[in-house]
Amino acid sequence: MDIMQAIEKDIRPVERKVDFEIGDTVRVHYKIIEGTKERIQVYEGVVIAIDNKGQNKTFTVRKISFDVGVERIFPVLSPKIAKIEVVRKSVVRKAKLYFLRERKGKSAKLKEKKFSKKAKVAAPVTTSDAPAAE
Amino acid sequence: MKKALYGRKIGMTQFIKEDGTAVPVTACELGPCVIVQKKTVDKDGYSAFKLGFVDQKESRLTKPIAADLKKKNIAPKRFFAEVENFDNALEVGNEINCTIFSENEIVDVTGISKGHGFSGVIKRHGFGGGRITHGSHFHRAPGSIGAHTYPAEVWKGKKMPGRFGNKNVTVKNLQVVKILADKNIVLISGAVPGRKNSIIKVTVK
Repeated sequence: MDIMQAIEKDIRPVERKVDFEIGDTVRVHYKIIEGTKERIQVYEGVVIAIDNKGQNKTFTVRKISFDVGVERIFPVLSPKIAKIEVVRKSVVRKAKLYFLRERKGKSAKLKEKKFSKKAKVAAPVTTSDAPAAE
Repeated sequence: MKKALYGRKIGMTQFIKEDGTAVPVTACELGPCVIVQKKTVDKDGYSAFKLGFVDQKESRLTKPIAADLKKKNIAPKRFFAEVENFDNALEVGNEINCTIFSENEIVDVTGISKGHGFSGVIKRHGFGGGRITHGSHFHRAPGSIGAHTYPAEVWKGKKMPGRFGNKNVTVKNLQVVKILADKNIVLISGAVPGRKNSIIKVTVK
């Protein structure tokens, strides 16, 4: 193995598998520190891009908030992500859904793909140090 | 008594701290270095360790060096360099590795910067240059280099085009972020001079 890859494997903050796909609607449970308190904020939106950059792999989640499009990029290995839930899957034919940026309302909707309840339960990604049950 | 060690630059990556903040880090392979010679004030006028590092075929050494290493029972080494004597308990033949550093320690890193060849003033000194379009004929030239009859010469040290990089550079006050002792790897925050695999010296402040 390349020495750089070996080092990156050693310093990985959390272990996390990407169990969601492009076009999925996900709920990202993100830890926020306010003063001394920590709470969890949920960010829900459509995964429009997954960027493979080794250990710095990221995914982009787009949602419409008060009629304004918001996109947030999360590192997959961020220790601040408590868990990622998949709530809806959709039929997509592209790896990057940037065309959604130009669309509004009904035309920005993706066709839903059926997925079993069982898969839905299995889908939440767990971190090695923080179990998904919260 | 500044602790110091030689090694090579591996490359850069991101280190994510426990609170989730990402730090840019350079991975450096430091040591193990073997003490080849102990220089003393009595004999040499100053006190230092001569270190050897990176294994080498014996046939690639000159005969005097090979014979010296053989006498001291040290495997052939590729590079030799000196650091200050920071621990008198160490003897010739002892190995020093990256465990002499500790996390959060402040260090200076010395290395040979990347060579850029003969470069113009924009790359070498950060000059602004001129407009590319709108009828401009002044693009990347240095412009005026001095006045006229007085002083009738170009001042010494004027920033001009020339060889850029490939010089000894020290970056001060970098922080050791993490030590992976089993791989001899030290992660140092920020950038370190030189290309990948170039020789660097890390000194504790």
